[in-house]
Formats: sequence, C-alpha cells, structure tokens
Amino acid sequence: MLSKRIIACLDVRDGKLAKSIQFVNTKNIGDPVEQARKYYEQGVDELVFYDITASPDNRAIMLDVVSRVAEQVFIPFSVGGGLRTVDDCKRVFLAGAEKVNINSAAVKNPELISDASNAFGAQAVVLSMDVRKIEPSPQLPSGYEIVINGGRTPMGLDAVLWAKRGEELGAGELVVNSIDADGTKAGYEICLTRMVADAVRIPVVASGGSGKPEHLYEVLTEGHASAALVASMLHYGEYTVHAIKEYLAGCGIKVRI
Amino acid sequence: MITIVDYQAGNLTSVKRALDHLGIPNQISADPHVVQGAERIIFPGVGHAGSTMRVLKETGLDSALKTAFSRGTPILGICIGCQIILSYSEEGNTPGLGLLPGVCPRFQVRDAALKFPHMGWNAVTVIQAHPILQHVRAGDEFYFVHSYYPQPTDPATIYATSEYGYPFPAAIGTGSLFAVQFHAEKSGAVGLKLLKNFARWNSGD
Repeated sequence: MLSKRIIACLDVRDGKLAKSIQFVNTKNIGDPVEQARKYYEQGVDELVFYDITASPDNRAIMLDVVSRVAEQVFIPFSVGGGLRTVDDCKRVFLAGAEKVNINSAAVKNPELISDASNAFGAQAVVLSMDVRKIEPSPQLPSGYEIVINGGRTPMGLDAVLWAKRGEELGAGELVVNSIDADGTKAGYEICLTRMVADAVRIPVVASGGSGKPEHLYEVLTEGHASAALVASMLHYGEYTVHAIKEYLAGCGIKVRI
Repeated sequence: MITIVDYQAGNLTSVKRALDHLGIPNQISADPHVVQGAERIIFPGVGHAGSTMRVLKETGLDSALKTAFSRGTPILGICIGCQIILSYSEEGNTPGLGLLPGVCPRFQVRDAALKFPHMGWNAVTVIQAHPILQHVRAGDEFYFVHSYYPQPTDPATIYATSEYGYPFPAAIGTGSLFAVQFHAEKSGAVGLKLLKNFARWNSGD
C-alpha cells in the first residue's frame, strides 16, 4: 500500500531559507541546503523549494542551491517559483530536480503545462495553485478562486475547474495551497483539499495551515490528500519529521518510517 | 566502471549523483560502442516507452544493449529501463528490447481513491532472494512513479513485488540483467544500498 507523503516545503529567497506568514513578513531563517539534508536524515519523503525572489538576477543562485541539494539528498524534490518557459524548467531538471512546480505562469499561459508535460513527462510537472475562499457564484461555483502574484491578484477562475483543466493539460500532481490558511497554523483547508482531490485522478498535495500533527491527520483522511506539505512546524524545530510520522502511524495512517 | 546509458531523456544526472556520492566510478555515454563494451551498465529512465524505443533505435543503442546482454554484462534497468527490456509495452503499443519475455500493461484499478500515476513510497516484498536485494527487509519502501508495470511471462524471473490495487512485479531479472520499477537513486539509504550491491554484483555467482 502506498504511504502518505510528508513533504517539507522550503521557501528560498536569495539563496536563504525564508518563511512567510500569509505571504508577507518573510524573514530569513537559514541555509536551505543544510535544512534539506536535515529533513532527509529525519526521513522526510520529499522536498519542495519555492524560489520566492524569482528575479532573473537570482535565478543562478537558486540553481546552485538545487544542484547542491541534489548532491546530498537522495529523495525526490521539486522546484517552483518564477518558472515561465520550458527552458526554465529544463535548467531546473539539469540541476537535479525531479519535478517542477508551475503556478502563476500556468494561469497566464496554460500551454506551459502541456508543453512541459510533453517534454519531461506528466510525472515531472506539478501544478501548484494558490486559492482563496470566496462567495460561490455561477462563475466560481466551488466558492474557491485562483489567485496569483503571491495571493494579490484574483483571476476569476474556479479552483476546482482549474484543477481539472490542469489534469487534462498533463499535470501529474497538484499542490493546493490555501492562502487563507497559509502561515496561520490553524489547520489545512480541508473542504477545498477534498473537493479538488475528489475532482481529479492525479495525486493532490495539501498546503498551507499546518501547525500540529493532528492537522496532517485531518487532511490525509477527511481531506483525501495523498501528501501534506509542512514548513514552519519543522523550520522552527517544534517537530521533527519522525515525530510527525510516529503520530500519524499511531493514528493508523500508512507512512514510511 | 559503470556506464549510464544516455538516451536523451530520463534521470541520468540523479543516477550519476547517487553513484558519485557512493564513490562508485561511473560515466554517462550515448555511444553504442562504449555501451556495448561497458563493464557494467545502468539503463535509467523516466519517460514514454514509445519515444524511448525510438531514440534507442535511431542511436543504435538498442543493438548495443542486446549485445552487452548476450555477453553477460551486468545490466541494471530502472523505471522505464525496467519496462523496455520486456517484449512489449502497452504505452504507445511499443515493441521492447525483448531481453526478457513479458509485457508492460497499464494499471487497471477500479478504486477511484487510487490516484495515478502511482507516485510515492511503497513497500517492496522480496519473493526470491537476489544479491542486489540482499539488504531489503520486510516493509522497506522505495520511491515509485509510473502508470505501467512490468509483467514477465515467467514468474521465476520476478524477484520482488509491490502492491497498488493489486500486487505487481517491482524487481525482475534474468542472468546478468536485473531491473527495478522503483527509483533506487531516489529511495534514500535503502536505494543507495541497492546501487552499491549492483556495483559489486557478479552475475556468475
């Protein structure tokens, strides 16, 4: 039986680890390569790096981080942030990543998903979506809207419909990030995660809001997620990957220990 | 020296980085002469069976691999490299290298809760001892990403299985050829040990 995955999310700004609270107030908290190795040794199942500067000047710094991680960490990891073209994706793969996370660029140019999927395979293309809760309307029936630019720009696009479109275009996995829950430590957006997971056949990774192991339990059961992203729970040393997995295993969730 | 077959796709650099980390001498090559005469071969991969076979044919790497196999060169196939060694893949209705009789069907699972591709860590059960799997204990998990799986004709060529909806072969082999559906190079310590075992494996033993 397939294990539920715990994915450590590392936001990287100018080559340094950062963590945001509702996408603002980012502060630097360490070296991403060292941190990645620490989580690898703790038994994390996967890593994701988001380049939150993503200015062209700093692209090279990020690629250097990626290749140093790839030399020391022998589990899958993905990279996102500022990937706009198939060539951008290719550079990330050559540096050693297994997957790319495409977010805003896919909303602006959905063909990027199909182009990347055709070039590298669906398994290598993760569609990451930032979502905000709104009043349901005929145009946004799920009551969840896609936002871009770090949560600043609403796109008038229904989150569940976008998830299905992403699957059709060739994404191999979805990361569903709740802007409302991000950094609150109050738990994942269970309803959103479940709606998306039930609408597609590809795996769904829940993101945003984890503060304690119980939150992972909720989203991996009620939320129908295949994996859960964690960040601050780990970065500030409150929990280890192992402690989270021990808790989940104790609740009957299949995890790799 | 391990030669990693370069067929313009796949996860070559991941395998190379893992071997470098282990201190195992290796090279990446797309040259059929180098592959044919290699001491040991890793045939890695991620990708589509059809496009993989097309590139292998265009480059002459298909006959190089067949020749190396007939000479008894130790060969390790990974993921697509575990599928393309069989006679046929349902992916793109592709005839394979035919080093091992068998087919590569797509998962047929009715349970809507099972997501595809089969992506993530899953337990691998050794059903027949093999030097390359000697360290694998019950419950050890490896990283998988695939929608098709290898199904050799002869059950005696299946060394390990995993389960997703139903049991499927996860490690297969014959003679100097061994192949795993999971990504050993991305399966942490247990995967690195498998690569180390392959580097030392003498298929005549």
